[in-house]
Amino acid sequence: MIKTDKLCFSYSSNAVLRDVDFQAPEGVLVSVLGPNGVGKTTFFRCLLGFLRPTSGSVEINGKDVCAYTKRQLSKQIAYIPQSYNPVFNHTVMDSVLMGLTSSLGLFEQPGKTEEEKALKALEELGIAELAGRGSMKISGGERQLMLIARALVQDAKILIMDEPTANLDYGNSYRVMQKISCLREDGYTVIFSTHNPDQALRWADRVFALSDGQVLADGPADSAINEQVLKKLYSVDVAVNTVRAGNDQYRVCTPFGE
Amino acid sequence: MKDRAAYGFKMTILSVCFLAVFFLSFFLGRYDLDFPAVVRILTDRLIRFLSFGKLGLVPSWTGAQQAIVVNIRLPRILAAVLIGAALSVAGASYQGMFRNPMVSPDLLGASTGAGFGAALAILLGFSYTGITLSSFIFGLSAVLLAYIVSKASRIQTTLAMVLAGVMVSSLFSAGTSFVKLVADTDSQLPAITYWLMGSLSSIKAKDVEFAAIPVLLGLVPIVLLRWRINLLTVSEAEAKSMGIETGKLRLLVIICATLMTSAAISVSGMIGWVGLAVPHFCRLIFGQDYRRLIPSSALMGALFLLLTDNIARTVATSEIPLGILTAFIGAPVFLYLIITGGSEKND
Repeated sequence: MIKTDKLCFSYSSNAVLRDVDFQAPEGVLVSVLGPNGVGKTTFFRCLLGFLRPTSGSVEINGKDVCAYTKRQLSKQIAYIPQSYNPVFNHTVMDSVLMGLTSSLGLFEQPGKTEEEKALKALEELGIAELAGRGSMKISGGERQLMLIARALVQDAKILIMDEPTANLDYGNSYRVMQKISCLREDGYTVIFSTHNPDQALRWADRVFALSDGQVLADGPADSAINEQVLKKLYSVDVAVNTVRAGNDQYRVCTPFGE
Repeated sequence: MKDRAAYGFKMTILSVCFLAVFFLSFFLGRYDLDFPAVVRILTDRLIRFLSFGKLGLVPSWTGAQQAIVVNIRLPRILAAVLIGAALSVAGASYQGMFRNPMVSPDLLGASTGAGFGAALAILLGFSYTGITLSSFIFGLSAVLLAYIVSKASRIQTTLAMVLAGVMVSSLFSAGTSFVKLVADTDSQLPAITYWLMGSLSSIKAKDVEFAAIPVLLGLVPIVLLRWRINLLTVSEAEAKSMGIETGKLRLLVIICATLMTSAAISVSGMIGWVGLAVPHFCRLIFGQDYRRLIPSSALMGALFLLLTDNIARTVATSEIPLGILTAFIGAPVFLYLIITGGSEKND
């Protein structure tokens, strides 16, 4: 369980987050919505313990995030960046093994046990056959799954994903989100940001919308996303309709004017 | 795993090549040596070294043979191995740390600082040992200065460090030019110019001993921490979320690489290309993982400089400075790699 209590953060005199109360229990998929520059990244950086709150607190499993050592924290919460542009062509296996570093001694190298664990994570995400390939030579979607595998071997149960499908095509976005939604079944709490409210409606259990550094909406995706909230968030008129696809019904957003 | 076996096979081939070149290097030079004499002299030195001088073989070789092997060729060969390995490992580490495969170990000014230190010492009439010491101290000081400037800067640390390195390099380079301007054109200026071109022709056993300590002090931590250097190639936020204290690791890599580079250059003079081309060549053969890149770069760097020095001392009647040869060999090899290097490993 991760929660914030009256979380405030400022860069010098510029208040970015104001009295943000947030809570994500185990095994849920939370989508963080908000326009550019609203403070989503700052919010994530506070959750990850990279930034110390100006006031208020961030707690993971009842303990303040600042009270954890870096090593302890890496076992609680993992970060998956928006894009990964490797400078060196490390293999997919080596890239995933990096996630195990905090489990190793200072001078220890990953061995057979670590490789088996990394391979298992790759298998879970269906990309085990890429283990020996260079991370520069795989598709964006495969690379995103590789980063998720790297987070999984960290043994952290909370995953922070900064726009996980930002650079992916339509098909890859769908496949990556499908894999992410499966993580719930293993007890992972996934908190991801997106600029696409459809994605939040389709995949998230809960939606957390930030506007002007404050909480605008927080609750189950179906009730938290509506025309009024979207208009306030993005300053465009949006119609939210229900469509049928296969045997299921989904809510979708259609922007139509300002 | 198949991958591990392939690495073992490649390292075995590289080790065999290295040992062969290492041994053959004793037979290159104006004075001819016979094979059994060299083997016996080297065995005798090894036994004496391991038994702290208490044991040794009964000499069956001449005094001249012993002097050539022990005082001239062995120090030179060991220096080439040490310097080649040091510059390559320092280069590979810097490339990881600065997330740039085109970085060389003198990025933060170690070489230009060392060059200025040597030029100043020659101008002031210092002894050979004084020149080496001055070069080493100025090499370290240049990097320290770049580091202090980058810390005082408000811009992003890595960028600030690179900019500070450029600034410090240009400062020391100007200093060297000034020293050359005021140096005596008959004796000091040629000495400075020749030093700056790099050479192992006047290497003595005490130079190897002098360089070995800082090189090993830098090399051992990097070898031990080589897996973690991989983490420096990802973004700071990612490394942090994986529980890695990148700041301390970066500082340690800078200290180790600077110790190695300054010590190597202080005894050999400026030798370019090794720290840039060798790690790149190893990346193509052994892949990007620093667990493999560091040992292979050390061995390949030692082999490369040994081969280059052998050419330097045999190809012409007078010795060709190493800096010229490493560029002559390094640049075409590097060009070849750039042109054909699209076929990077791990397709």
